[in-house]
Amino acid sequence: MRPAGIYDTSYAKDLAIVRTRLQWILLAAFLALLISLPLFMGRNWIGTFSLTGIVLIAVLGLHITTGLCGQINLGQTSFMAVGAYTSAALTAKVGLPFLLALPIAGIMAGMVGLIFGAPSLKIKGFYLAMSTLAAQFILVWIILHTNSLGGAIGMNVPYASIGGFSFDSDTKMYYLIIALVLIAGLAALNLTRTRTGRAFTAIRDNDLAAEVMGINLFYYKLLAFFIGCLYAGIAGSLWAHYFSYIQPLQFTLKNSAWYLGMIIVGGAGSTLGAVLGTVSINLLDTKFAPFVSGVLTQYLPLVRSNVTYATGTILFALVILIFLIKQPRGLAHWWQIIKTSYRLWPYGY
Amino acid sequence: MDLFLQFFANGIMTGGIYGLVALGLVLIYKSSRVLNLAQGFFLMILAWLAWSFAVQFGLPMWLSILLVLAVSVITGLLVERFILRPLIGQPILAIIVVTLALGYLLEGISIMAWGADTKGMPKFIPDEAFRIGSVTIAQQYVWAFATAIVLFVLLLLFFRYTKWGLGMQIVSEDQQVARSMGISVKNVFAQTWAFSLVMAAMAGILYASLHAVTNFNALIGLNKALPAILLGGLESLPGALVGGLIVGIFESVGGGYIDPLVGGGFSDVIPLVLMLIILLIRPSGIFGWQRIERI
Repeated sequence: MRPAGIYDTSYAKDLAIVRTRLQWILLAAFLALLISLPLFMGRNWIGTFSLTGIVLIAVLGLHITTGLCGQINLGQTSFMAVGAYTSAALTAKVGLPFLLALPIAGIMAGMVGLIFGAPSLKIKGFYLAMSTLAAQFILVWIILHTNSLGGAIGMNVPYASIGGFSFDSDTKMYYLIIALVLIAGLAALNLTRTRTGRAFTAIRDNDLAAEVMGINLFYYKLLAFFIGCLYAGIAGSLWAHYFSYIQPLQFTLKNSAWYLGMIIVGGAGSTLGAVLGTVSINLLDTKFAPFVSGVLTQYLPLVRSNVTYATGTILFALVILIFLIKQPRGLAHWWQIIKTSYRLWPYGY
Repeated sequence: MDLFLQFFANGIMTGGIYGLVALGLVLIYKSSRVLNLAQGFFLMILAWLAWSFAVQFGLPMWLSILLVLAVSVITGLLVERFILRPLIGQPILAIIVVTLALGYLLEGISIMAWGADTKGMPKFIPDEAFRIGSVTIAQQYVWAFATAIVLFVLLLLFFRYTKWGLGMQIVSEDQQVARSMGISVKNVFAQTWAFSLVMAAMAGILYASLHAVTNFNALIGLNKALPAILLGGLESLPGALVGGLIVGIFESVGGGYIDPLVGGGFSDVIPLVLMLIILLIRPSGIFGWQRIERI
């Protein structure tokens, strides 16, 4: 909603994402902060941000499939696994450069996503959720039992390198991830404003009505799966090169469920929401959970060694439950409320 | 042939337990259109609770089972009231995420309380095996299967002949009609959750006494019971049992023959592959309702 008295005088203005001078300044400041972050943050924090960035790309993909198009995907991490293993095998075994392996990993994951998304033409809701749930277990099982991919032992992955430049430190990898996150985020944001994005939203709201309006369900549903899994594949490739080691059990149903949770906590259907949800939940998981578990182990003699893991799980689950029950529209809705009340102040109506 | 019969018998017996879990899922789905993805996690934590009562507190087995059943009734009522009821009218995505989050909440609690160990359930069923011709069946399996069948028959009778059960049936047909007949839809939802968790507790204790008490038992819900109810049809009680048996048989027979070829573990994905095939061919399952959608 735009404030009264503000009119767009040209198409370019109407289409602009960044609308006012203040927004430009804030955006520039934010970018400068992102770029200068390694200068004054410790390695620990840079690691957290890099991981958040990788997860963010996967969640943005899920946001396109599930948040925009309404096709529930419970197997996002298994598509990440496909991307990670494709990229790892191409760089480590075939010797392709990273710059080529990255897009191939994305496309490969997208193709696999098409296979498991194909039932979406016939089924929806719970049924589709079950089909992608099956994908989660089946894909990970296949990787686990393919000896050339290392099976349960896992696989070592070389550092990413472009030209002669090798991304061999946390900080270098951080810049690579940030760059890709910005591209992915901008693409996701712009997608919502295109014909395709509007078709996705129509399908989410009512797919039969969308079909009656002339939207090709076959094409758009599969496209939603393809784009979503493409993002997952790219995230997976980054994951592989970031950790330099991959193993099938890194890609669990639990993480897939958490990615859906991040979308919910952020606010389903909003790109800003996906970003807010991912960042806040990741900070909660990596920074707040160890703190809580430290306090818990101090005062409760009963709890055992794996309490950090358990606290993270419990905290995250509680946050999702509370958000779903109290604020199903998520953090993005709060942001809207804050913005509106700021603009309308001091006259609240 | 002997080997095949042995696999088949094992499959039927394990399938009984899967059927029990699936029955719990169908009960909830029928009445409130909620697919409870946390069912397996409830099963896991209730089995841990039974173990805790029996071993850590040294209670007799029958008492700990009764206590766990009481706990499951109360948990069911609470979960419905405070987690699922506020979500009535929310999209399916919310329900999927909320049940999964609930499940992982239970997993976190279980790790905190009992660690990531594997424990043996105290034996409350004699050990000797039955023999029918060349097929050997452990007595525990027979007990588990018999319990599943008895519960199933009781449930069918309950739905058919008691006023309470008929009320629950009406709610699953049409909530508006049910309300106009003076049936409280809210209460029925709560009751189905209590019923369903009792099933989960029974299945959990039986399964744990056959195998072990571990956090991995939670996978029964997603990997075995979901394919079972899809096979049988989401709305059908007999379907859940039949689906459970089919999943058990496929898992045992298919796993028995294919596992040695691929190096193990294939029995874990057979039910899921089966589920994918069913989803592609006949999503409504064997006995499910085919819905016609209007705009």
